[in-house]
Amino acid sequence: MQLVSALRKEVLLQWRSRAQFFGVLIFGATALLLFSFAIGPDSSALRLHSAGFLWLALLLSSTLTLADSFQLEMEQRALEGLLLLPADERSLYYGKAIANWLQLSALGLGLVPVMVVLYDAGTDRIAELVVVILIGTAGLSAPGTLYSAIATQARARQTLLPLLLFPLVVPVLLASVKATSLLILGDPMGQMRSWIVLLLAFDAIYWSLCGLLFGRVVED
Amino acid sequence: MPTDESKHRAGSRWTPAVLLAVAVILLAIGSWYGLFVAPPEHYMGEVQRIMYVHVPTAWSAMLLFTFAFGCALVYLFRGGWSWDSRMEGAIEVGVVYAALLCIQGAIWAKPTWGVWWDWDPRLTTTAVMLFAFLGILALRRFVDDPVKRAVWSSVATIIAYVDVPIVYFSVKWWNSLHQQQSSPSTVSEAFYLPLRLNAFGMLFLAIALVLLRARLSALRLRSELAPPLPEPGAMLAATPGGSE
Repeated sequence: MQLVSALRKEVLLQWRSRAQFFGVLIFGATALLLFSFAIGPDSSALRLHSAGFLWLALLLSSTLTLADSFQLEMEQRALEGLLLLPADERSLYYGKAIANWLQLSALGLGLVPVMVVLYDAGTDRIAELVVVILIGTAGLSAPGTLYSAIATQARARQTLLPLLLFPLVVPVLLASVKATSLLILGDPMGQMRSWIVLLLAFDAIYWSLCGLLFGRVVED
Repeated sequence: MPTDESKHRAGSRWTPAVLLAVAVILLAIGSWYGLFVAPPEHYMGEVQRIMYVHVPTAWSAMLLFTFAFGCALVYLFRGGWSWDSRMEGAIEVGVVYAALLCIQGAIWAKPTWGVWWDWDPRLTTTAVMLFAFLGILALRRFVDDPVKRAVWSSVATIIAYVDVPIVYFSVKWWNSLHQQQSSPSTVSEAFYLPLRLNAFGMLFLAIALVLLRARLSALRLRSELAPPLPEPGAMLAATPGGSE
């Protein structure tokens, strides 16, 4: 119940600041455009690397949304007010992490058409692509939310978040890129399952561990 | 009173020096044996001799991060500033060891594999481990409040440690280009004697460096936690009848 109210608050806040979401989406699309300049107009090479570009664009965009995720709570020390409520701080964390997850998934799904158009990287397995984006962004949002809580309270917030988050999400990024790539380029060896299992394993580790440790991060 | 504490301090002052001396002796003998006595390996030839520092560095780096993880757990669940200082020392030395590990690996890989770096699971996970802990050192520099710094870096250490077992098992889980772990039963004595000497040498060196860094960190912490000195004017006013 506490989780539902926390999630409701986050989703409502995100809905009210949706202009920012579209700003980040445009940032992600611009990043996808820029990657194609790095490779050059070789369409087969672009298609080959499209999954990597999609996830890198998503990762770069995620730092923008995640860095701001605790900003409102820090203004006028609202976080202290929230922590004083007779509620478990874990529900606050999971509410925020789920809201960030939904936002990142929406961002990922919004970037897919851009990728398809720019890199000619379509796939028929839409449902599986949605699943990969959902479980991939879950692996980004859980540690991202925790580190955002840390980075927002520290100096050099914009530098610190990627510095802490990027090494940590390498396995998630790798598995997501591989799984997406197999969907776009075909999967003759049937490797999809192993990458999905790896992603799910990291999701389970991060969602449980970060939830357990969040209470210590915000305590005063 | 010249209490046990001062004796303990005098004793612990010499511990790093003794460990350093032992480490230097062990590393000197181990490296001499490895470079001049042990035979060259059948396939790799002379290049293989880097193993006598590379493998001990790897073991010590993993142990250092494991120790940092233990310190983080103890600090979070039981408290105690000394654990924060030890954790900082262990991460600092661990990062240096992990960086050395990558450099030694690259020096070995160029003549053996023909490239400085390969995106093999062992190498990739080691690089990730290095950068994850480097990020924690950066975090410690960006937080001024000692309590928050200690708690947050403990949390970050616990999460970053997820990568360390993956580094260790990467050669077993994936079909890796990197060698699998050897054991004394599969390696001749001429190979594992220098390896073992250097392993203890690197370990003692690591412990000595951690002790020194932890002491430095504890001193820095003490000055941070000390109450601020009174204003010069306030001190003058307090001296005539004051108890200070």
